[in-house]
Amino acid sequence: MALIEIKNLKANIYGNEILHGLNLTINAGEIHAIMGPNGSGKSTLASVLAGKEEFEVTEGTVTFDGIDLLDMSPEDRARAGVFLAFQYPVEIPGVSNANFLKTAINEIRKFRNQDPLDAMDFLQMMKERAKLVEIESSFLSRSVNVGFSGGEKKKNEIFQMAMLEPKFAVLDETDSGLDIDAMKVVANGVNKLKTDDNAFLIITHYQRLLDYIIPDFVHVLSEGRIIKSGGKELAYELEERGYDWVKAEAIA
Amino acid sequence: MSQDVKDDDQLLLENLAKSEYKYGFFSDIEQEFAPKGLNEDIVRFISLKKKEPEFMLNWRLKAYRHWLKMKEPKWQKVNFPQIDYQDAYYYAAPVDKPGLKDLNEVDPDILSIYEKLGIPLNEQKKLQGIAVDAVLDSVSVATTFKDKLNEAGIIFCPISEAVHSHPELVEKYLGSVVPHTDNFFAALNSAVFSDGSFVYIPKGVRCPMELSTYFRINASNTGQFERTLIIAEEGSYVSYLEGCTAPMRDENQLHAAVVELVAHKNAEIKYSTVQNWYPGDKEGKGGIYNFVTKRGICEGANSKISWTQVETGSSITWKYPSCILKGDNSIGEFYSVAMTNNYQQADTGTKMIHIGKNTKSRIVSKGISAGFSENSYRGLVKITKNASKSRNFSQCDSLLLGDKCGAHTFPYLEIQNKSATVEHEATTSKISEDIIFYLNQRGISTEDAVALIVNGYAKEVLNQLPMEFAVEAQKLLAISLEGSVG
Repeated sequence: MALIEIKNLKANIYGNEILHGLNLTINAGEIHAIMGPNGSGKSTLASVLAGKEEFEVTEGTVTFDGIDLLDMSPEDRARAGVFLAFQYPVEIPGVSNANFLKTAINEIRKFRNQDPLDAMDFLQMMKERAKLVEIESSFLSRSVNVGFSGGEKKKNEIFQMAMLEPKFAVLDETDSGLDIDAMKVVANGVNKLKTDDNAFLIITHYQRLLDYIIPDFVHVLSEGRIIKSGGKELAYELEERGYDWVKAEAIA
Repeated sequence: MSQDVKDDDQLLLENLAKSEYKYGFFSDIEQEFAPKGLNEDIVRFISLKKKEPEFMLNWRLKAYRHWLKMKEPKWQKVNFPQIDYQDAYYYAAPVDKPGLKDLNEVDPDILSIYEKLGIPLNEQKKLQGIAVDAVLDSVSVATTFKDKLNEAGIIFCPISEAVHSHPELVEKYLGSVVPHTDNFFAALNSAVFSDGSFVYIPKGVRCPMELSTYFRINASNTGQFERTLIIAEEGSYVSYLEGCTAPMRDENQLHAAVVELVAHKNAEIKYSTVQNWYPGDKEGKGGIYNFVTKRGICEGANSKISWTQVETGSSITWKYPSCILKGDNSIGEFYSVAMTNNYQQADTGTKMIHIGKNTKSRIVSKGISAGFSENSYRGLVKITKNASKSRNFSQCDSLLLGDKCGAHTFPYLEIQNKSATVEHEATTSKISEDIIFYLNQRGISTEDAVALIVNGYAKEVLNQLPMEFAVEAQKLLAISLEGSVG
């Protein structure tokens, strides 16, 4: 069964339609990449899936794990297992990473009728997962993203993903602004977290990241629609030839 | 950050769900009132009730006569209808059972009030090692840990008792920091106060436990006028905390307290307040008028006074815990979180009066406004002529939730010495939608997200509180925010 099924999705912001009928199906155990030029609707797709209020869905459906995702509040989507690694993670002064994540994890556990995580287990888990993205444990007591470099913020997104163990994660241009070492860390995190039961949607401008996270499918998003899909080799072709030929092909 | 804090953070968030003013119960205990209204006879009545020595009666009468000549101040940025001072009771007390020796003799109904408040006067607090003085309406009903404190030579008792047991100390210090002529409400308090706490820490003694007083207004239509006096002799240290709650009532009740602190050479007093008087309902009906004068004097060299306050309650909060830095090298601190929601109003801040050389003060004020509330910081930093090389740092932050509330900052600086350094920083911010969405996306509801953000914002101040009270204050902040977002 498809983990997530997007059908004819149309969405606008402040009356401007950005997504013009998008279709995409992702099965558990798969990694999909979405590439496309600026303004094609990549980040809008991420925001709509996460439930950002400013975006209005006018048509279409999104089914996640058999349930209507669009009917759920952003927090319930997160609790049900949808995770968005933000392109621009926010800073939250005075709230430590540890406190923030403990709150998040226990909210998610509550949603799943599980008992709150015991403080020791939580600490243990946090230390373990911190290694995965090569962050120091001092980082955990610092305020969320405050004073973090661009790379640290992105690593923190992946760290949070590792902690929250989502079923479906969307990485919104996580590679933008990263040097090659940080990108390897991010990619390594994703690869280690990948299982047969979860799925990833990697939104990116560049093929570069896909050297380290090997996608099962690559899609080209243009003007709010997916106009071409293929295997990982499509990413190389896009890198070499740009997007115009795909658009031309789509029109023809 | 320790394990415990994290656990308590969690507890806080769980508690967020049940959020109405939970201290709003009224207890039907037998009480005795003075006749309504205020005149010399009432002042005499109160003094007589307390079997006070003559110096006290004279002191009260002097204050009362002075009060008659005074007018209510009007400069503050709060609005309230004219108070009819003749339409209130100035004395209410649980019916006296004379000669209480220990807690077992306290009326079980009264003990149960404190139980309901989460302040058991017997077992639990003893385990936590906190000495408590409980003041119901205007009368102290119980003080715990007396014996242990006595051993160290520390006096911690109702001020009504200190008047009898240590009249020389009371006579010497009462009104020495806040004279009855100071302001309208201080004069009123001096005339009619019926109880409060008295603390005396002898030379060189470090008080072995937190001292705390819980003030509770129970009777209706009654003003509460308590008076607290803390004296720290040379080289001593004390940490003192007060907590306040009141029943939910439709009428406004006046609370006009006076707190005086005296720190001698090398002494330190840390005074913390978690103020949660009934704030009124969602439409702004009822609630306590919290008009309080708090002032400490750093009398001796190298002394230190630190005020920490978390103000979430009261329909109007109006107070400026202040420090007179008289001794050379003395230090004054003021840490404040003032949260207003619905129709609450707060005009609060501090005064730092630098008199001695090389004196330092630090002001950290965090205002949080929600609903239709108005929240003002007002603070004076005064460096007098002889206070050379004195320093002040002030930081005043305002956080707005929603667009119907107001935040205001009124800093006053009077610098009469050129060698002084004075810094002032101020910020105003809103809780951004982006942060809320970020937290939502991690499974945290908007209400919990706001609590998390607000507690993060107030952390620098909350960290100043003794551990147990920091937790209590966090919960209060979350509860007081209920209904302010979403």
